[in-house]
Amino acid sequence: MAFRSIGAGGRAEDGGEDSRGGGAGSGKLSFYEAAPDEEISLEDFEEYALDRLRVLKGIEEERSRGKKMEEMDPLVSDLWRKHMGSDSSKKDVISHFILRLAYCRTEDLRRWFLGIESVLFRHRFRCEMPAAQQKLMDDCNLPYKAMTSAEIEAVKENLESVARSTNQVSNSKMYYKVPFEDVPELVSGRKVYLRRGEAFVPREQLSFLVVGQFRSRLSKALVLTNRKWISFIAGEEKDRLAPMVEALSTRYLGPDYTQPKSSNEISLQDLDQLAKASFPLCMRSLFFQLRDDHHLRHGGRQQLGLFLKLEDALAFWRAEFSRKVGVEKFDKEYAYNVRHNYGKEGKRTDYTPYSCVKLIMSTPGVGDHHGCPYRHFSEDKLRASLGGLGLNSRQVSSALEKTRSQHYQLACAEVFEAVHGCSSDGINHPNQYFEQSRALLQQPKVKQMCSFSFNDTVEFFSQEEPASGGENNNNDANEEKTTLMIS
Amino acid sequence: RLFVDGKHPSCDSSFFGRREFSFTLENDIYLRYMSFRDASEFEATVCEKRPQKIDIGAVYSVDPAKRLAYANVSNDRVFAPVEKELVFDVDMTDYDDIRNCCSGADICLKCWPLMTIAIKVVDSTLREDFGFDHILWVYSGRRGVHCWVCDARARKLTNEQRASIADYFRVYKGNENNNRKVSLPTHLHPFLARTYSQFLSRYFDEEILIKQSLLHPQENADKVLKLLSGEGMSMQYMSSVYSELPVQLEEKKRNNTLLPDKINRQRWADLQRKLMQKRGIQRELVFTYTYPRLDLEVTKKMNHLLKAPFCIHPKTGRVCVPIDPADCDNFDPTTVPTLPEVLVFRLKHVNSSFSSVSSCSMI
Repeated sequence: MAFRSIGAGGRAEDGGEDSRGGGAGSGKLSFYEAAPDEEISLEDFEEYALDRLRVLKGIEEERSRGKKMEEMDPLVSDLWRKHMGSDSSKKDVISHFILRLAYCRTEDLRRWFLGIESVLFRHRFRCEMPAAQQKLMDDCNLPYKAMTSAEIEAVKENLESVARSTNQVSNSKMYYKVPFEDVPELVSGRKVYLRRGEAFVPREQLSFLVVGQFRSRLSKALVLTNRKWISFIAGEEKDRLAPMVEALSTRYLGPDYTQPKSSNEISLQDLDQLAKASFPLCMRSLFFQLRDDHHLRHGGRQQLGLFLKLEDALAFWRAEFSRKVGVEKFDKEYAYNVRHNYGKEGKRTDYTPYSCVKLIMSTPGVGDHHGCPYRHFSEDKLRASLGGLGLNSRQVSSALEKTRSQHYQLACAEVFEAVHGCSSDGINHPNQYFEQSRALLQQPKVKQMCSFSFNDTVEFFSQEEPASGGENNNNDANEEKTTLMIS
Repeated sequence: RLFVDGKHPSCDSSFFGRREFSFTLENDIYLRYMSFRDASEFEATVCEKRPQKIDIGAVYSVDPAKRLAYANVSNDRVFAPVEKELVFDVDMTDYDDIRNCCSGADICLKCWPLMTIAIKVVDSTLREDFGFDHILWVYSGRRGVHCWVCDARARKLTNEQRASIADYFRVYKGNENNNRKVSLPTHLHPFLARTYSQFLSRYFDEEILIKQSLLHPQENADKVLKLLSGEGMSMQYMSSVYSELPVQLEEKKRNNTLLPDKINRQRWADLQRKLMQKRGIQRELVFTYTYPRLDLEVTKKMNHLLKAPFCIHPKTGRVCVPIDPADCDNFDPTTVPTLPEVLVFRLKHVNSSFSSVSSCSMI
């Protein structure tokens, strides 16, 4: 398909020459100014997009682990090489433009894409040779003036002072005069010398300038693309490209939780303790809400239901709901939905459990309890919930700080660490949290190493029978025996 | 009765109409998104509703009062702030942990110098570092000051840029447990170095140390030493600093030249000597007791509303008068005119045309 009609962010419709699609003379890093004018197959269309998405998600995951800038540089290079190959400028440009389509449609999607592409750009820029960096700056007509040596001499002491205050070596020969508005990160951190509204930026920190430009251009382009997309899909591409593009932005690329990896067969009685010990906060809240209220609205049912993947879920849900709405009403109104989720009705698709990104982006309304608690709970409620998990006030504060800066998954990882005493491998999916938790708790030596913050788990580990509900196996035909497979 | 002309030079005629105001009426009724076509409509509405407090917000893309007419448009950019002065808010209650004279809403001339320092530091930095010129400082009517930066360049700043300016000023690394921890690198950024040498250390020595009597009597000195003992300085060391002080006190007593001021100065000199090797700590101490404490949230967002200058503060009756930053050492909040005084003044001078309430400040 040809990109011409939809790709460009407001530039000339004729797409332009092939080499321009690559931008800077080196043929590598560019500002993606012009849409590519190529034909590619539909398979390539999808594959290129997915590969780039893997890079972006990989970056997101590394950042969610709190990696510093210098540590990220090699990681990004590796990710890029792995998914995009080494001779990749064509794939680079095409995949970027495809993802623009996928991520231009809502404010949240745009914000995410803008953020992560800027990070990718920043690291790729940092790894470029100085000559290439300079060329990129020149090519894109960055409006910043280099300072003359006389000017630099006049403020030399101050420049050195700034460098020392931020533990940097100040052997820079080149400085640029930049309006302070263009380098908010440097201003925030007092990493630059300011005078009468001008920031004197050394060469080493050029990446901030360039990334800033990249970011603002991409931001405008995304808005434009969105407008064009709306008129575009109304027409020809409704059934062909549109579904594929729209699916790209919600696609989860991590480990596949559709198939159960190993059957962790646990009976219903253990579910409560399991929930207390190993459920992430999002599922725990829903689960106990269900227990308390014997009811959940649709969003909550979806989220919890897909997470639990009960083999014979019907009995579980019926047991809970019937306390409130009665068995008949449940059978009439809710049963279909439960069965639908597990592929027993209708399209018979097995839905995948929601990833963290999906939960964070959901919009629970009044009376709903789903979503990501680190995003959707009020600070008070979150504080109370975390206290209920047994966190001390320092741990709670630490997690709250992360949520305030919108690092919801980092907050969840912090809580994981506080609860289990060991750090996680990063949290991208509720089932991942659960799996890691089970792995930790089931290791016998873990008992000595990790410190547990609440007493319930002691009971969980003891050799005695669980306090609530009788033996686990062979007896009591009256009890609803439901095997639970948590995938 | 106010005559307010809220226009900037060279703005278009719709500018005033798109400015948001908010009124706080009796019984804490809060009316937001008010806007007016011109000064006379504004005046009429003020007289009709008699707000206790008037706040000024941003200039939006459309008249705030008419925003709902655009609600059906799906684009969320239709009703959005377009311009807003850059503002700062300094509140004396944020200094409660270092004030020995008052607390809460009270202020006096012993703690007011803290505001003077804030004005000087922020004002000079806004001019020298950021290049702003049109800066208005206003007494908030009770216990703080507000700053309005009205340059065109300032009005057009985005939220991110405002946040970066706010962060530029930030030295306190706060968290729930420990709000006022100053955290400085060994080598200071030129802005902080200049602030320290031009303002902070001078005001500490000449004003804060004495007026707050930081090191005398014992309870006050304890507070300071407690701050220091948190700095990894051993208790033995601290008590050695401590025990020296009473000795010198005795000597002074014998000379009968005992004065709290002298005691404070003597102790401070002693403390400085003790801290010679740890100059960073001494500096952090001075910062803790003098550096401006800004309410950063006020600065960061365009949609934040701030009390209008020249309003009457509902609780104190004082007029929110402007403060001249070049002369702020001489500003006395306890002599700011109150509403009754203004009215009395007006009655006495019936003939003078009262075209601007700024003449109030000359009373």
